[in-house]
Amino acid sequence: MSRPESGTGTTVLTGAEIVWATLEGEGVREVFGYPGGAILPIYDALRKFPIRHVLVRHEQGAAHMADGYARASGRVGVCMATSGPGATNLVTGIATAMLDSVPIVCITGQVSSKVLGSDAFQEVDITGITLPITKHNFLVTRAEDIARTIRLAFQIATSGRPGPVLIDITKDAQQTTASFEFAAAAPSAARPHPMLRAESSSIREAIALIQSAQRPIILAGHGITQSGAEAQVIAFAESQQIPVASTLLGLGSFPAAHPLNLGMMGMHGESWVNHAIQEADLLLAFGMRFDDRVTGNLAHYAQNAKKIHVEIDPSEINKNVRVDVALIGDLRGVLDTLQPLLPKRTDTGWLRKINASKGTAAVRDIINLPDNGHLYAAHVIHDIWREAQAAGREHDTIIVTDVGQHQMWEAQYFKHEVPRSLVTSGGLGTMGFALPAAIGAKTACPQKDVWVIAGDGGFQMTAAELSTIVQEKLAINIAIINNGFLGMVRQWQETFYEKNYSASPILSPDFVKLAEAHGIAGAHIAKRKDVTPAVTKARTSGQPFLFNFQVEKEDGVYPMIAPGAALHEMVHRPERDPLLETAEDE
Amino acid sequence: MLHTFVALVEDKPGVLTRVASLFRRLNINIVSLTVGESERPDTSRMTIVCDAHEHAAHRIRASLYKLETTVHVDEVDRSAAVVRELCLMKIAVGPDAPNGPHSRSQIFELANVFRARVVDLAPESIMLEMTGSSSKIEGLVQVITESGYTILEVSRTGRMAMRRGHHTSRVLSALGSRPKADGNGDNHGSKLDFHGNLGDEILPNEFENVHEEEI
Repeated sequence: MSRPESGTGTTVLTGAEIVWATLEGEGVREVFGYPGGAILPIYDALRKFPIRHVLVRHEQGAAHMADGYARASGRVGVCMATSGPGATNLVTGIATAMLDSVPIVCITGQVSSKVLGSDAFQEVDITGITLPITKHNFLVTRAEDIARTIRLAFQIATSGRPGPVLIDITKDAQQTTASFEFAAAAPSAARPHPMLRAESSSIREAIALIQSAQRPIILAGHGITQSGAEAQVIAFAESQQIPVASTLLGLGSFPAAHPLNLGMMGMHGESWVNHAIQEADLLLAFGMRFDDRVTGNLAHYAQNAKKIHVEIDPSEINKNVRVDVALIGDLRGVLDTLQPLLPKRTDTGWLRKINASKGTAAVRDIINLPDNGHLYAAHVIHDIWREAQAAGREHDTIIVTDVGQHQMWEAQYFKHEVPRSLVTSGGLGTMGFALPAAIGAKTACPQKDVWVIAGDGGFQMTAAELSTIVQEKLAINIAIINNGFLGMVRQWQETFYEKNYSASPILSPDFVKLAEAHGIAGAHIAKRKDVTPAVTKARTSGQPFLFNFQVEKEDGVYPMIAPGAALHEMVHRPERDPLLETAEDE
Repeated sequence: MLHTFVALVEDKPGVLTRVASLFRRLNINIVSLTVGESERPDTSRMTIVCDAHEHAAHRIRASLYKLETTVHVDEVDRSAAVVRELCLMKIAVGPDAPNGPHSRSQIFELANVFRARVVDLAPESIMLEMTGSSSKIEGLVQVITESGYTILEVSRTGRMAMRRGHHTSRVLSALGSRPKADGNGDNHGSKLDFHGNLGDEILPNEFENVHEEEI
């Protein structure tokens, strides 16, 4: 049959064709997946539709790619897998998207509806398994329900607080026919959370608190980018002269170079940021959820501060931190309401006080010390940023990190000026995320420079996706921060387990040879002077590159707040070498 | 403390699991859960009683609303509500019972006092049916036990609850006192309401006098 046109009139299609026609209607251009028995009808129909399919090497990669695609572009990421093991392999990726509120739609094949529940070959109750890690999920057993369900899934994934949605489609539903009309399958208007309202009394209270505050701080979270409220936040902060601290996922939502930007808060945030929060008399939490990595010990968190929480998900209010005013709603709308009601403020005393408290922290920073012959992860990350900045590509570079020490160094040393320039697994902390998520990011944004920054441990979890890069001809550059350890585990063992390095030393293959085996160029780098030329070569080549950066083995991420400690009880950077203390800022 | 929620949910496979899973996830024990049809087509009404921290109510309600299958959630703890439970109870009554030949008539009298009904009479047992508040049911159980009878079986439905007086727009439109709502029923909170108006969610108590008295 000829390819059906979506959106115009009614046609009779198989369920499998309806899947693609509906995805096409929703504007999907790329899908990440892996075929198998129960989803073969859908794969058979793929050739009739103008949608690019990226074959992954493991279904976990498919879910991470859809996730990276969504985070980099703001569009819904779509992944596919067959029933049984295909579906269960998606689980870690779905949970990753759930914890970070990323809109993805996962489509899984399922055994025929007649044998559902009979332990048929490759049958697994994936809607049951994913119930707590999806925003919603569906089991579809009839072809006529497919279009409506997929359209509803897209609406659920993107509305309110975004999140992953899974659709499990039985094989018989894919094979039987039904009439299809894209427009007729539209869901009714999204049902907002009924508790969603920023009441005028709360707005008045918020305004009173903001006006009387002497030491206010904005806590910038992921919700700013989710809401598209970056401009509103900048305007608000500037008009009220309120300094801005970011969560890990909030990095990039407020420009790093902005004079009001303080940087990242929390467990590995700079000391002056955390001290400022502890000293503040007003916290304005914008689209963040007071995660334990951000607050430290809750009993001692910002005790002098009134708290205003602007949040779209009412179940987050008073979950971890009791707030004085809750403005439940979309951040952009709330700020549009607040802004005109607040007179401009010009007092910069509080910001100057915070800046004055930086003290010697910056001088002790490894990044400001002269080359002592050792390569530190901070150097690598800082130099990748400097190189992008020098080339004028700082707004067009997406860094995708894995999880661990390098992730925190990235957050500290790569200065993110624009939203969606950092893709990282914050909530779930999923090792193995970087490489597949970067494939998703590069697929969504082929014009951007995409860098994977991963540790030697996490990279090996999903290294099979190297061949996906080659098959899909994606120019992704990979920086492996290799210290021979599961670095963050080692650092915790050093600090809390008397240096008992239990199972944290890790042997790695020769990553450069591994890259070569895939047809990817690479190099070992162990000297700081070699970093920038290598980075330039990779960025300008138009080809994928892999660098194995052999860095200092037992380096630690500082500052650090021990679990259970209060935000101001941080461990500062060690003084490495007194002779180097006088070094100038480079 | 005990919290009582009334949730209107879509009548579809798996919805009960989603609600139950939410409480499991929050590590909150469900004391009782009743599910049945409601006044709306394709919508079930659940009354959920759970034992949780005093401050947990907001989060539970907000989380219930996050389920895509939830239509409406009401917490009835703080408002006057009629709360009822149905109980079936089988008591060993016969020649060997403490009061021998008089045992049946004593149970009849007790049942009368508690407004319970005898629904089955067998040579060696009596089954009672009783509707009321939980404390009333527990009172009957206690009196029968203390009178020396053996209770063979008890089956309780768990609580059902309905607000007194305060009627939703939906109910009033069903009663014809307001313009008929569209097919989707209540639409309060359908947009950001910066004027903080509770809208038509809660209306004045016009029906106070029609309730049976609480025992």
